[in-house]
Amino acid sequence: MTRRSAPLGRLALGALGIAAVIGVWEAYKAVAPDTGVVIGGTTVLPRSSDIAMPHVWDMFSRLSDPVIGTIGDTMWQTVLDAGLFTLRIAAFGWIIGVVVGFALALVMQRFTIAEAAVLPWIVLSQTVPLIAIAPLVRRWGSQITIGGFEWQSEHSVAVIAAYLAFFPVAVGVLRGLKAPDATHVDLMHTYGIGWWRTLFSLRLPASVPFLLPALRLAAASAVIGTVVAEVSIGLRGGVGRLIIEYAQSASSDPAKPWAPIFAAIAVGLVAAAFVGLLGLALKPYRRSEIPA
Amino acid sequence: MKHNMRKWARVAAMVAAASLVLSACGGGSDSDGDSTSGDLKQVKLQLQWVPQAQFAGYYAAVAQGYYKDEGLDVQIVEGGADIVPQDVLSAGDVDYAISWVPKVLGSIEKGAKITDVAQIFERSATTQISFKDKNITSPADLNGKKVGSWGFGNEWELFAGMQKDNVGVKDVKLVQQAFDMNGFLAGDIDAAQAMTYNEYAQVLETKNPKTGKLYTPEDLNVIDWNDVGTAMLQDAIWAQTDKLKDKAYADQTTKFIKASIKGWVYARDNPEEAAKIVTAAGSQLGESHQLWMTNEVNKLIWPSTHGVGVIDEAAWKQTVDIALGTKNETGATIISKAPPASAYSNTYVEAALKELKAEGVDVDGKGYKPIDVTLKEGGK
Repeated sequence: MTRRSAPLGRLALGALGIAAVIGVWEAYKAVAPDTGVVIGGTTVLPRSSDIAMPHVWDMFSRLSDPVIGTIGDTMWQTVLDAGLFTLRIAAFGWIIGVVVGFALALVMQRFTIAEAAVLPWIVLSQTVPLIAIAPLVRRWGSQITIGGFEWQSEHSVAVIAAYLAFFPVAVGVLRGLKAPDATHVDLMHTYGIGWWRTLFSLRLPASVPFLLPALRLAAASAVIGTVVAEVSIGLRGGVGRLIIEYAQSASSDPAKPWAPIFAAIAVGLVAAAFVGLLGLALKPYRRSEIPA
Repeated sequence: MKHNMRKWARVAAMVAAASLVLSACGGGSDSDGDSTSGDLKQVKLQLQWVPQAQFAGYYAAVAQGYYKDEGLDVQIVEGGADIVPQDVLSAGDVDYAISWVPKVLGSIEKGAKITDVAQIFERSATTQISFKDKNITSPADLNGKKVGSWGFGNEWELFAGMQKDNVGVKDVKLVQQAFDMNGFLAGDIDAAQAMTYNEYAQVLETKNPKTGKLYTPEDLNVIDWNDVGTAMLQDAIWAQTDKLKDKAYADQTTKFIKASIKGWVYARDNPEEAAKIVTAAGSQLGESHQLWMTNEVNKLIWPSTHGVGVIDEAAWKQTVDIALGTKNETGATIISKAPPASAYSNTYVEAALKELKAEGVDVDGKGYKPIDVTLKEGGK
């Protein structure tokens, strides 16, 4: 394949993937009974009624109808706004997470004792259930006022996104910083080169193949963290809030709850594409990418 | 090496620029809640859920300027899936909260110091609905059936009603119910929990696949806990017990209740406008569903026996008795001993009602007549 056709080919593959999902969905709907497949009182295959599985075209045509009543903003405008709102908070959270994760990795690489002390806590931090900490973060945050700055619920959501996002960065970058061959590090020592210069000349470039998958994971975590936190504390404006508000329409307007789900997927794709662009910028360093 | 360094610096600069752009975007929308205006006292009210007509009176009071008339700048704090209003209130993050009495009784026993200062909803909106062919017209008929329940403190009226008819929690198959009525419509649930103002309407705005038309009230049997006698008190305004000793907060509480009641009077007299106010406040519910909810919530308040907001001693006692004596599927009760006397107070609502009556506001709504609302498919 030539350089120019490669991205086109990938796009075509992606479109094919989406078409396949739609095809499988509709095929199952056409073949399976409305009540699903029940064996011995247990449903082994899901229901395929219009309420449980709306037609794909119904989901899409719902996007062009107004959300409320017969006039006003259409569904796609509403979910697009919500998607942008969520994307912005997720990006915020991602940046905080990447900065914090990077800093932790640097400290852990520099001081072995820090690694021994901090790494277990970093791993432990990811076992705390999000729904438990989200209301707490909001409550603590609401007590913060610094000068003219007043803590808003969306800051809490960004913090929760960052809380999920820093983890893969901290772990991935730490591995990356330790990646250079011992002989290269020894060479630096022999020349009497200090830690900082070793870092910039050797360790950071060597960490790129580990950094990129970590950033990609962090982006996915930030988006998930944002949506879950939005649901949890009911932050207005984002995809998470629409998911809980539209959930109750699942019986009477079954296509409606799918709209914010599409928006969440779109946000995830944009986040992944952004990290992909970063990867292009860092191309010279991507000699051998390590899959996460 | 030098070459690499420069490249690295360029990448770093790119990331820095990107983050600057993103953070600049981030700063743009912190608009809600910083409307500090002159000599108005800032007050925060925590709701149980996102904006919907269940809270129409408070939104109407904001929109009509009733709070401002009392010198209050009220900011309504929306709820979410994991927000517990009484916890937010007892932590001191808001000044007042809306919550159900049985849910708060449990919190009070665990140490929350809050007081029911106005019982806005006089009647319960919780029902258990079933299709006519299941023949479930009383709690006794639930025996052996698949019974839906949301849990999380929404199940006590159901359990009390069953207990009254000697149906144990183990005699039915409890099914966890979701936000939607899909489980009920698909037959996974024989009798589902439904709020008159919400889930009941969700069924009525769904197309019956057999007839191609919307379901109608004639298709359904409804067990109303008000009729069974196991209703518990629902939406009430809660205040911080300790702060009520402070005269400024006590006066503010009376003013807050007064303006809130005015908002509910507005919702009673202008249900269409009230529904529109809630939609303008950001509710995503469909037009006919919103109006239905406004109308049903009005029925829970009006006509009012003692004037809206007054806590009826008998109803309070019934709620407490059920909270003490009803066991759930794990054998637990809501509370193990009677709540302290500070759990409710009519002082502030009575003061508010006195002022309202002096202003000529009809706080009893004796002649109240609900409107007719036609639900459309999907609640649109």
